[in-house]
Amino acid sequence: MKQIKLVTSLLLTFGIFYGLNTKLGSIPPIGKFLNPSSGIWQNEKSDNDHVPIEIPGLTSPVNVHYDEHLIPHIFAQNDLDLYRAQGYITAQHRLWQMEFQTHASAGRLSEVVGDVALDFDQGQRRKGMVFGAENSLKSMQEIPGLTEKLEAYRDGVNSFIQTLSPKDYPVEYKLLDYEPELWTLKKTALLLMYMTDMLAGGDSDLEYTNFLKKYGKERFDLLFPDFFDVNDPVIPATRDWSDWAIDQPEVPKDSAPLDFMANLLPKPDPDNGSNNWAVGPDKSYSGNPILANDPHLGLNLPSIWYAMQLATPEKNTFGVTLPGAAGIVIGFNNDISWGVTNATRDVKDWYKITFKEETKNEYLYNGNWNATQKKIEEIKIRGGKTYYDTVVYTHHGPVTYDASFKGNGQKTGYAMKWAGHLGGNNQQTLFELNRAKNYEDYEKALVHFTAPAQNFIFSSREGDIALWIQGQFPNKWEGQGKFLLDGSNPKHDWQGFIPQGHNAHVKNPERGFVSSANQHPVDASYPYYVFNDGYEAYRNRVINDFFRSKEKFNIQDFKDLHNNNYNLKAAELLPHMLETMDITQLSASEEEVLNEIKIWDYNNDIEKIGPTIWERWWIRVRNLVWDEIAEDTLDMDYPFAYQTIYLLKNHPENKFMDIQETERVETASDLFLLSFKAAVEDIQSRENENRGNTWGEYKSTYVGHLLQALPAFSRFNLPIGGNRGIVNATSKNHGPSWRMIVEMSDPPKALGVYPGGQSGNPGSKYYDNFVDTWAAGEYLDILFMQNEEQNDRIIFSQTIKPKQ
Amino acid sequence: MKQFVTNFILTLILALLFSLFLPWWSVMVAAFISGAIVRLKNVSAFFVPFLAIALFWSVFAWLLSSANDFILAKKIAVLLPLGGNALLLILVTGVVGGLAAGFAGLFGNQCRAAISRNDK
Repeated sequence: MKQIKLVTSLLLTFGIFYGLNTKLGSIPPIGKFLNPSSGIWQNEKSDNDHVPIEIPGLTSPVNVHYDEHLIPHIFAQNDLDLYRAQGYITAQHRLWQMEFQTHASAGRLSEVVGDVALDFDQGQRRKGMVFGAENSLKSMQEIPGLTEKLEAYRDGVNSFIQTLSPKDYPVEYKLLDYEPELWTLKKTALLLMYMTDMLAGGDSDLEYTNFLKKYGKERFDLLFPDFFDVNDPVIPATRDWSDWAIDQPEVPKDSAPLDFMANLLPKPDPDNGSNNWAVGPDKSYSGNPILANDPHLGLNLPSIWYAMQLATPEKNTFGVTLPGAAGIVIGFNNDISWGVTNATRDVKDWYKITFKEETKNEYLYNGNWNATQKKIEEIKIRGGKTYYDTVVYTHHGPVTYDASFKGNGQKTGYAMKWAGHLGGNNQQTLFELNRAKNYEDYEKALVHFTAPAQNFIFSSREGDIALWIQGQFPNKWEGQGKFLLDGSNPKHDWQGFIPQGHNAHVKNPERGFVSSANQHPVDASYPYYVFNDGYEAYRNRVINDFFRSKEKFNIQDFKDLHNNNYNLKAAELLPHMLETMDITQLSASEEEVLNEIKIWDYNNDIEKIGPTIWERWWIRVRNLVWDEIAEDTLDMDYPFAYQTIYLLKNHPENKFMDIQETERVETASDLFLLSFKAAVEDIQSRENENRGNTWGEYKSTYVGHLLQALPAFSRFNLPIGGNRGIVNATSKNHGPSWRMIVEMSDPPKALGVYPGGQSGNPGSKYYDNFVDTWAAGEYLDILFMQNEEQNDRIIFSQTIKPKQ
Repeated sequence: MKQFVTNFILTLILALLFSLFLPWWSVMVAAFISGAIVRLKNVSAFFVPFLAIALFWSVFAWLLSSANDFILAKKIAVLLPLGGNALLLILVTGVVGGLAAGFAGLFGNQCRAAISRNDK
C-alpha cells in the first residue's frame, strides 16, 4: 500500500511538472509562464525604472534623458559611444522585435514557431536573403570606420542582452518559450535586407510573361502600358534631360523565352509606399522650408519605428530609427531634414536557366556549360527534423524556382537577378545624412545607397529643397526585365548601371515644392528605360494639385494634407458609372443605396456610408472585368486600378468586359449594373448581420502584433479614415507608419507620430500610447533638445557609465 | 493543527528563498522538502502546500500587477483566454502554483513515510 501511494504521488509530481513546464501547441508552458518570480508577471511594468547602467567599452559617460513619450535623448561624447548607447537603449525597449524581424529575414522562423513557418523560411532562403546580407557585410568593409560604428551598436545590444536573466526576457520569449541570442553585424545586414525585400522585393516579370504568352502583345500593351495617359511624375515634367550624353544598350534581336509559371512566391504588399513633400522659402508662410514624410507600411506592434534623439558635440539629430540599424533613418538636425518614399523601380529580373543535367552542376551560358555553385540551406524546425534545401547559384543569382521548388522541368530553373543582392552601404548614407549640414553633404551621402531605391526628399535651413531618386539602377535596354529573360544569352544580362549623376533628381524647382508618392519617377523624356511596374497614380496628383492651389503653406496645411481623405479614384470613375448605368433595372431598395452614394462628396471619412458603397462597387466591378485572370490557374496580375478605369471609360466593349460564364456578351455598362446590384447585396448582408456600414466600421483599421496580430497584443477598430490610393493611405492594416512635419526654423520645429509606442512591452503603458493620437490625425510635439539643461518635459534621466 | 501551520509556514519560507535562484519549480522543491520534514495526514498533505503556494503566487502576482494598473494581466487574460479578467488570471496563477506544490508536498510526505518506521 505504502509503495503504491509513493509511486502514485511520484508520478503525479512528475506529471504536473511536465505538464506545467512544457509548451503544448500554442499554449505556453503554464507554470513557467505564470509564476510571478520569473514568468509574465515580471513584465508587468512600464519601463520607468531607471537603474544606473554600466557597460563595457564606453570611453565616456553617456546621458540619456527620457521625455514624456519615453523618447530617449542621448548625449554622448563621440560617435562610437553614441551608437553603443543607441544599441543598448533600443534593445532595452525592442529586443524581441529586433530578433524576430531578423529571424524572419534570414528564414529562421521555424526555429521559433515550428513547421508552420517552413514554407515561409524556404522562400526566404530561395530569394537569397542571407546571400544579400552577406554581400552587404562585404561592402561595409570598404568604407573606413563604418564597421566600427556597427560593432559599437552590436556591442551595445549585447551589453543589454547580457544583463538579462530569464525573468527579464520580453514577454514574447516567455510566450513562445525560447531565448534571445546575441546580436551580430549580420543581423543588422539582415534587417536592412528585410526592408529591401519589403520595398524593392516586388516584380511581376513572370506574371507579365504568363499574360503575354496567353493574350499576346497588343492586349498586354493596352493593359500594362509603360506610362499611363496621365502622369504627374516625381521629377517635374519640365525637367530637360537633353544635355546628358546617354549610352543605352541596344535591344537584342533574339527572342526571349515565354514560359508559363504558377504558384509563385508571395509578393510584398503592393501598398508599401509613402508620401513626402517639401515647400521652399517662397511657398512657406514663414520663409523657412517645411518638409513632411509619411512612409506607408504594414501597421504593426511593436512599431517598425523607434524615435530617438542622437547627439554628440559634433552633431545633433532627431528622428525615427529602425530597431536593429544604427543612426536615424528619417529625421532632421539643426541644418537639414530628410525623408523617403519608395522609388518602386523594377530592380528584380528573372532568367530562364538551362541545366546540362538533372544534377544542376552546369548551366548554359554564351554557348558554354558554366559551373554552378550550390548552397545547402539548413532550416532547423522546432520540434521536428531539420529540413535541408539545396539552392543553386548562377552568375545571375540564386535559382529560386527549379524542380525541387515550384518549378517546371528537371533541367530548367529560374534565376533571380536583384539589386537587393548587390550589397551596398545604406548605413553609411544614414550616418552621413545624420550629420549633413547642406545640400552638398546630402548629395554625397546618397551615393552609398543601393537598394531599396528611395525618393530622398530634402530641405535645409539655408533654403534649399531637393529630391533625388536614389538607388543603383540597371541601365536596361527598352523592354529589358519586363518579362522573363534568357539566362544563356549574355545580351540579356544587366549591361551596367545608370551613372550616379544620371539618377533623376531635382533641386529648387521653379514651382517651389518637391514631392513624391510612389508615382512614375519621370515622364517619357527621361533618357533611360523606365516602365510602370506598380506606380501609384492618385496620391501624387492630389498632393501636387494641393501645392499648386495657392501661394503660401503653413503647418496646418501640412497636417490637413496628411489627413486628406479625398478619393480621386472614385471621383474619376463614379460619375461615369452613374451616368452610363441603366438605372431602370434597379429595385426600390437598390435605388435607395444609389441615392445614398449620389450625395457622397468623395471623402473617405469614417462616419460616411458613401465610401463603403463605393468600395464594394469598385471591388465588384473590378472582379467582373478581370474574371478571366481571377479564374486562371496561372499567376497573373490584375492591371492597375488606373488602367482598369481607363479601360472601363474608353473601351467599354473590350473583350475583357465579357463575363466568361454567361452566354451574352457584356459591356462596361452591364458590368456597372451587375456590380452595383452585387454591392447592394454586400451592404444589405452586412446590415442583416448587424455590422455597421459607415466607412470606419467597414474598414475597421487595426494595428496588429507582429505575431500574426495576436488579439491580446493588438489594437482593433481604430477610428481613422482614408484608404489605399488616398493621401491618408490608411487601409485595414496598412498606412502611415510615421508622420513627420519639420519646419527648418532655427532651431527646427517638428511634429511627429506613429501608430504604436516606444516600448515593445505589451505590459507597458508606453506600448501603444501613440495609437489614439495617430488615429485622430494629431501629432506629438517633438522635443528637440539643444543642450542638456534642465527641461521640464524630461521625466527621468539615466547615465550610462563605462564599466571598468 | 500545529503541523498544518508549521508546514504552511515552512513551505512559504522555503518557496520564497528558492525562488530567488531556482526557476518556477522552486515551489515544488519547497513543498517537497517541507512535506518530507513536517508530517501531514490524508488530504491535508496536498492542501496545505497547495494553499501556501496559491497564496504566495497570487499575492505576489497581485502586488506586481496592481503597481502597473493590471495592464499586462488584462492582455494575458485575453490570450489564455479568461475574458480579459485580470483577477481571474491571478486566481489561475495561484491555482497553478498550488497544484504543483500540492503534488510535490504529497510526494514529500510519501517519501517520509517510506523511510520512516513510525509511519504506519
